[in-house]
Amino acid sequence: MNIVVCIKQVPDAQSVHFDTEKGTLVRGEAEAIINPFDLHALEAGIQMRDSYGGEVVVLTMGPPQAEDALREALGLGADRGILLSDRAFAGADTLATTYTLAKAIDRLGPVDLVLCGRQAIDGDTAQVGPGLATRLGIPCVTSVSTLEVLDDRKTMHLRRVCEEGYDLIEVEMPALLTVVASLNTPRLPSLKGKIRARKAEIPVWDAQELGAEPGRVGLVGSPTQVVSTSVPKFEARREMLEGSPEGQVEALVARLKEAGIL
Amino acid sequence: MTQVNYFLTEEQQMIVDLARQIAVEKIIPVRAELDREEKFPREIMRDLAQADLFGLYIPEEYGGLARGCFENCLAVEQLAYGCIAVTTTFAASALGGYPILLFGSDEQKARYLPDIASGRRLVAFGLTEANAGSDAARIQTTAVEDGDYWVINGTKQWITSGGEADIYTIIAMTDRKKGARGATAFILEKGDPGFGFGKKERKMGLMASSTRELLFNDCRIPKERILGRRGQGFILAMKTLDLARPGIGAIGVGLAQAALDEAVKYARQRIQFDQPIISFQAIQHMLADMATRIEASRALVYSIARTIDAGARDVAKLSAMAKVFATDTAMQVTTDAVQILGGYGYMKDYPVEKMMRDAKVLQIYEGTNQIMRNIIGKALNKEYAKK
Ligand SMILES: Cc1cc2nc3c(=O)[nH]c(=O)nc-3n(C[C@H](O)[C@H](O)[C@@H](O)COP(=O)(O)OP(=O)(O)OC[C@H]3O[C@@H](n4cnc5c(N)ncnc54)[C@H](O)[C@@H]3O)c2cc1C
Ligand SMILES: Cc1cc2nc3c(=O)[nH]c(=O)nc-3n(C[C@H](O)[C@H](O)[C@H](O)COP(=O)(O)OP(=O)(O)OC[C@H]3O[C@@H](n4cnc5c(N)ncnc54)[C@H](O)[C@@H]3O)c2cc1C
Repeated sequence: MNIVVCIKQVPDAQSVHFDTEKGTLVRGEAEAIINPFDLHALEAGIQMRDSYGGEVVVLTMGPPQAEDALREALGLGADRGILLSDRAFAGADTLATTYTLAKAIDRLGPVDLVLCGRQAIDGDTAQVGPGLATRLGIPCVTSVSTLEVLDDRKTMHLRRVCEEGYDLIEVEMPALLTVVASLNTPRLPSLKGKIRARKAEIPVWDAQELGAEPGRVGLVGSPTQVVSTSVPKFEARREMLEGSPEGQVEALVARLKEAGIL
Repeated sequence: MTQVNYFLTEEQQMIVDLARQIAVEKIIPVRAELDREEKFPREIMRDLAQADLFGLYIPEEYGGLARGCFENCLAVEQLAYGCIAVTTTFAASALGGYPILLFGSDEQKARYLPDIASGRRLVAFGLTEANAGSDAARIQTTAVEDGDYWVINGTKQWITSGGEADIYTIIAMTDRKKGARGATAFILEKGDPGFGFGKKERKMGLMASSTRELLFNDCRIPKERILGRRGQGFILAMKTLDLARPGIGAIGVGLAQAALDEAVKYARQRIQFDQPIISFQAIQHMLADMATRIEASRALVYSIARTIDAGARDVAKLSAMAKVFATDTAMQVTTDAVQILGGYGYMKDYPVEKMMRDAKVLQIYEGTNQIMRNIIGKALNKEYAKK
């Protein structure tokens, strides 16, 4: 089974700050991690590989240091990692990102399964999975929480979480799935994996290598323009009501009416 | 603040990071429950296996990582930061595995080491008996040759992972008249006819580690289960303990470090007399001594483990030093940590209570700290006789 797992390197939410003045993320001192959902996608890929053979290729588009994310994935058990990196890829929106990822997957040859996280914790659009599936011309099932491969090794039975419950879905490979955290528990790295990962060669594919059209990658290929960003402000006001219980109730009701809640 | 530089290689640092990650993510969240319910940490053993840690000291041809005593110390120190009962279970597998590595035939190594390295099978080491603790030469378990078999009779006591392990290296008397030279080592497998397990001990601490009797009742094992040569049993036991004792020292370092971390954290936030108690010099001095002793223990354990890995022979004295100093430190530091937390430290709501209960065993097992001092003293006497 040929499995591709798309991972994104994101700033660790615990160490990232938002500059409210400039309206930008201060990523400088933030530690980079693998997008948490993608670890579940990787775990699913490794389990499938261990059950059915084949290989797990991890793919990321990002700056040169995104190589760390690939090495971490190799330490966890992926077979190969490929870094898609080129100055021209910078500033990509989901349209340009999926174009670039699709080009890379085409180049890898026939693939049975593409796995993505449900969403990236920084960009948060949850569009890359579905967009990529569209470009590859394969079915897409989002927010997968359970996964079963039938005996024909082609058909999968999946649960897709939705707002009020879940859908049961049958889909045939090749397909693309985006996964949620409840799908599995990502394993710990192994020492042998980490040692292998440290020595592994990680090829870097740039725009030329991919045969990508210059106008369709990075900022140039991104119709989306982020005009401004802001942090929502929550203003909590507090007021202590005093007096008799009846008086307090009356005062409270009055306040709620004033605020248009009642 | 600058930390001591122990000049770890990138790979050694990986071992530290991975073992620490397991301690933090897998051990610390469950340690109180394992302790309370005296639960054997099966799942954590699987995690350690998956992380390849059981194979650290085993050659690559048997699926291990071909590292040494030092790397083993680095791993157990970090695991012990989480829980030493869990770590003891892990370390006991090496204690039982070393004899096979050191004295096993090629067939025995090929048969057992791959499973030990992968963590598929746990190992135990059985020497102690009811009447033979420090004075191990007085063991009464016997092994008698009978055609193509050995027949074993007797009872081993307080064997770590008894009943849980799949492979057991044990020492039995084959020639009682020869005393210490009449002991021989054997490999037992769970399920061997006549091999059973006795009562599970109720202990002061180390609750998640199973400590049990091994019962041999006309237990028949094939001849080729003899480990090393007849009469080599004690040499094998001593060589094994020489390799393992720095690891016990490292467990002491990890435990003491965990207790110090709790104590400093608490002392900074506990307010009495309108100030954090860390502002009292009496508390500061206690913490200062704890921290200094821990660093001294770590430096001692690391340098002795590295000396052993460099191929030194006759390491009984050094290995005893690593064990005695670091485990006495662990006892002292965990006791002081409870003192610093005061009444809260005595309650099960804080982890230092368990740490202090657990620490005591480090001064007892794998040779008591009195016996360690005997070994060091005897070695000094011998060294100076030559000068
Ligand atoms: C504050 C902010 C606002 C933004 N707003 C928009 C916007 O409105 N519209 C827009 O198009 N872009 C926007 N972007 C850019 C966008 O975040 C990414 O560049 C986009 O390409 C990826 O979308 P995502 O991060 O939302 O990923 P998602 O679609 O949420 O990611 C889903 C999954 O796709 C895979 N994946 C995502 N990125 C990669 C990658 N680089 N390499 C490999 N696999 C990957 C992972 O498996 C991931 O779990 C914004 C970025 C920021 C920081
Ligand atoms: C939790 C636990 C797990 C264990 N696991 C194992 C295991 O896996 N395998 C195994 O074989 N054993 C195991 N043991 C046994 C352990 O190794 C022995 O308890 C230890 O060697 C001491 O023997 P003893 O308890 O009989 O004490 P004793 O030998 O009876 O000693 C009692 C006291 O006398 C002191 N003493 C004895 N002789 C001398 C001397 N010559 N000079 C000075 N002082 C002396 C001792 O230091 C001690 O303070 C375990 C013990 C415990 C508590």
